[in-house]
Amino acid sequence: MKKDMRVHREHWYSGILEAIQMYVPGNKVYHTMPARRARTGTLFILPFIIGFIFFMVRPLVLSLQMSLNEVNLIRGGGFTMTWNDFYNYHYALQTDPNFNEYLVSEIGRMAINTIATLVLSFVIAVILNQKFKGRILCRIIFFLPVILSSGVLPGIESSNEFYNMMTDIGKSVQESSGVNVSQTLQDLLQVSGVAGDIFDVVFQMIDAIYDIVMASGIQIIVFLSGLQSISPSLYEAADVEGCSAWESFWKITFPMVSPLLLVNCIYTIIDFFMKNNNRVIEKINDVMYGVRMDFGAASAMSWIYFGVALLFIGISTFIITRAVKSYE
Amino acid sequence: MSKDNTIFIGKNKSFRERNRRSGGYLMKRRAKEICVSVIRALLMFGLCFMIIQPMLTRFSMSFMEERDLYDSTIILLPRHVTLENYKIVSDLTSFPESMINTLWISIVISLCQVVAATLVAYGFARYEFPLKKFWFACVVLLIIIPPQTIQTSLYITFAQFDMFGIIKAITGDTVNLRSSMLPYVLMSLTCMGLKNGLFIYMMRQYFKNVPASLEEAAYVDGCGTMHTFVKIMLPDAVPTIASCFLFSFVWQWTDLFYSRNFLTGYRLFAVQMSTMVSRMGRYFSSDATQSVIVPNGRQLQLISIAVLFCCVPLIILYCFTQRTFVESLAMTGSKE
Repeated sequence: MKKDMRVHREHWYSGILEAIQMYVPGNKVYHTMPARRARTGTLFILPFIIGFIFFMVRPLVLSLQMSLNEVNLIRGGGFTMTWNDFYNYHYALQTDPNFNEYLVSEIGRMAINTIATLVLSFVIAVILNQKFKGRILCRIIFFLPVILSSGVLPGIESSNEFYNMMTDIGKSVQESSGVNVSQTLQDLLQVSGVAGDIFDVVFQMIDAIYDIVMASGIQIIVFLSGLQSISPSLYEAADVEGCSAWESFWKITFPMVSPLLLVNCIYTIIDFFMKNNNRVIEKINDVMYGVRMDFGAASAMSWIYFGVALLFIGISTFIITRAVKSYE
Repeated sequence: MSKDNTIFIGKNKSFRERNRRSGGYLMKRRAKEICVSVIRALLMFGLCFMIIQPMLTRFSMSFMEERDLYDSTIILLPRHVTLENYKIVSDLTSFPESMINTLWISIVISLCQVVAATLVAYGFARYEFPLKKFWFACVVLLIIIPPQTIQTSLYITFAQFDMFGIIKAITGDTVNLRSSMLPYVLMSLTCMGLKNGLFIYMMRQYFKNVPASLEEAAYVDGCGTMHTFVKIMLPDAVPTIASCFLFSFVWQWTDLFYSRNFLTGYRLFAVQMSTMVSRMGRYFSSDATQSVIVPNGRQLQLISIAVLFCCVPLIILYCFTQRTFVESLAMTGSKE
């Protein structure tokens, strides 16, 4: 329908001209219905436009500038910037003792956590979508992480040194007494010569199960909503045709929900990147508010971090859209 | 399915008899069902327990005296029950005051956010205008950009606030807005607050699914734009708006990032909680000028009590509103 409405345009700039005419009175287009609706629509999103320009684009540009310059704070307010040939980036990646290491380890953790979160939240959503006793109670509990893992809460206890120490001690105690099931199993498998690296990842996931469950509240809701929108008649038809539950899961449930995979994947990555207990973010805060007060380096670090996040979102979008398309 | 089978095989016969007639099929299926439900129950119980357990531990730990913490024979139940900890934590976090501050700031901010997000989302969902795709891409970008990226420059922008040099020309100096609520309210009203892009996205999904004929009918009957929006679109959108409000409220309640950067003038609970450890030494010393070293175990105990303080109101709120939380999200999230 949209294509039919498109009129032939004389010049390449006709579209732009028409767009401008929609807003400027004193011409033919201004009084047409589309123009009036366009003006109303723009009015509706005006708060966003203003906010985006003032509180997003401007700070972004400033932050980019800061990351490229040496920022000197002047006592009593104000700052000066002097160009320093990407020194901040150089500093972040090569001079700073921890940033590199934190970045790499957080990326690794993120990749594993994202995959695990997606799988786990999908499985839980499928289970919660079945009918069984105590389902409502289970739902209430599974969505609790939306509250319990938001904002300041997840990081606050692990930022305590004692907590880290205790978990280390706990681990070593478990290792020496052999109570740790996953560790024992891991050792067993490694001794028997099964590929070590993959198992390492799997066991890392098992050990991080608490973090993963806590990070998958929203994802479960999204998957569940997807599952509930599948019409039951599809399953009935499949059942009549002699599909087993397993088959109908892969032929109906999975393809129907897979578009949501992308949404969830992106959400998980972003959520992970913005968590307070993320060491890179701690590092950035430290550089910014700490003794150094180095705004330039802090902005450079956050730009590197943002770049990495964007890269990951791009890659996963690419992979998932391809994978999902092949189903259709 | 099972009902249909029983009609064929005979309802009054015993399970054994029916199983014999079905050639063992009934037994097999029954066993499978039981197996599945047992595994499911175990899995669900385990995961649910894992989510709740830290809260329970915190709760039982909150009644322990300090010496109980170091007693290795005590794991969950306190031997020396005390309520002293609650008093200490409420002193350290300036409890009633910070909680009330958090409450009303969360309400104000989430109201601003929801109002702005609803308007913008409606504009995106129902109107065609030039550059619409571009602006929507900006919304997506807004969701993706970590606020940490612009943290430094926002910090400076608001620490030395000036609108095009006007304020400096009048008063001779820039204004430090970091301690007032104004910048953050402004940001929320212009959709740049905490996870605001997400709310726009959710609402837009909802508004897109409302049939266009509703609006057309209103237009034919002479209903103006604003009237249509307020009288026709809004009433139906209440559940979605409510869930956005709740999310916004909860996230604002526990938020540290924006609170620490923009709301420094208010004692907010999340900030108080995160800086609690640094005040402990002073608090426990008998002399106000000196500070003592607080053992780490004690620190952790007090922090967990603060976490309880922070979570319990939210959990109570959640228990009453979980339907809104879940169901309206189900309506918005499903259609891509």
